[in-house]
Amino acid sequence: MALKTESFALNIGPLHPSTHGVFRMRAVLDGEVIANMEPVFGYLHRGIEKLAEERTYTGVIPLTDRLDYLASMSNNLAYVLAVEKLAEISAPERATYLRVILAELQRIASHLIAVGAFVNDCGAFFTPFLYMFREREKILDLFEMLSGQRLLYNYMRIGGFNQDIPDEFLPALQKFVSQMPGFIDEYDRLLAENEILLARTKGVGILPQDLAVNISASGPVLRASGVKWDIRKADPYCGYDRFEFDIPTGTAGDCYDRYRVRIEEMRQSLRIIEQAMKQLPSGAVKSTVPYLVRPPAGEAYAHIEAPKGELGFYLVSDNSIAPYRCHIRAPSLINLTALRDMTVGWKVADLIVIFGSIDITMGEVDR
Amino acid sequence: MTLALSGDEIAATLGGHFPGSVIEASKSHLLVKSESLFDIASYLKTAPGLDFDFLCNITAVDCFDYFEIVYQFTSLKHNHGLVVKARCHDRSNPVLPSLVSLWRGADLQEREIYDLMGITFQGHPNLKRIFLWEDFDGHPLRKDYL
Repeated sequence: MALKTESFALNIGPLHPSTHGVFRMRAVLDGEVIANMEPVFGYLHRGIEKLAEERTYTGVIPLTDRLDYLASMSNNLAYVLAVEKLAEISAPERATYLRVILAELQRIASHLIAVGAFVNDCGAFFTPFLYMFREREKILDLFEMLSGQRLLYNYMRIGGFNQDIPDEFLPALQKFVSQMPGFIDEYDRLLAENEILLARTKGVGILPQDLAVNISASGPVLRASGVKWDIRKADPYCGYDRFEFDIPTGTAGDCYDRYRVRIEEMRQSLRIIEQAMKQLPSGAVKSTVPYLVRPPAGEAYAHIEAPKGELGFYLVSDNSIAPYRCHIRAPSLINLTALRDMTVGWKVADLIVIFGSIDITMGEVDR
Repeated sequence: MTLALSGDEIAATLGGHFPGSVIEASKSHLLVKSESLFDIASYLKTAPGLDFDFLCNITAVDCFDYFEIVYQFTSLKHNHGLVVKARCHDRSNPVLPSLVSLWRGADLQEREIYDLMGITFQGHPNLKRIFLWEDFDGHPLRKDYL
């Protein structure tokens, strides 16, 4: 006699540690297997695009901190680049190099969380996570030296920086850069060939290359699927074409490849920081910019390779002191487009791993 | 550098295939009729030499008299990009064709525009509010909201 079975809906989140914030998934299960999955957004929607319309151009910078709050420097950078493009302002050389250094430090910090939380989701309860936090703490100390803040820096300004780096910053950065490769090797020894991690992630949650391009995925998610596309190389900003670095890519597009790409990107970021430190010119860190920036009427789109993918700001100006429209192209949101395709057919425990491997921040998904 | 293709040149190519569908072309963008948006987009996606395989970004701007929808296409193959715009003049019921069947990357972005700007994308498989709740009144990114 055949057993009578019935599918049922399981609600995951919005308040659950493995949802990395307040993400909600409504999964329909057939036994333990996911038959359907629907993401539910909006629990952290603050209307940042609308709020930006009633602030001055400089006043929007603190709002951008609150998008991807694990990579505030990158958000600052994308936004100030968009305003500088719109108002035809250029930052001095020294500021450009410092921006590269900070953006790459931020990438390492963000990837440390991404990898740590991902391994946590795989069941390695908090031990690797705290190893990653140990190093991220050093980056936060560096950023605190600059901005007095540990998470929401509000450090970049239109046309450069508000103030130059303090004297003790570069020696501390040098110390970090020389120590960090050893720590990345340590993670690799712990994780890269770990049997449990391999069993949980190899071949799981595959995102095929053509689908990755079709859903406009970007960042490590796109590169893990084998697409060699990095805005730092494809459309260089802040003089990234002056530095030598490689674009790590995956082949299978599974969770393991996404993890590998992030680990390799950290090494590449260190390479870039070392070169930028050597070439760092002296001089001013801010060009002459009026107190209230009033760009000419028009529009501009600037994008950067943020830790999570392509972060873009589309700004429209009507020649007033506030943006007429400020749209944020958020990689975290768009990378989730294929979540259903990646999870259907896998088990509930894999859903958590696949979701963790995409690496999102809810502040950027919901905005 | 991602080469920004000039709207003028693309307009000349499109003129032969879709006569009368381009309203305005400049160096920075291409403004097309909303009725022919879908056909032009599918042409841009597959035309040899263009191959816009990546729909980078979609957004909408409320210009009071009309809504302007801005599409940013990129070709990962050739590393070039193009900005295409379309306009909706009917404020009470703005409608545009959905591009989800061409680029699934449009899915969440079109839902976002529907939610916050109130533009209906015809042919979208799952067009419902994304950030706000179902019975929310109004579309906050419109300039006449509040």
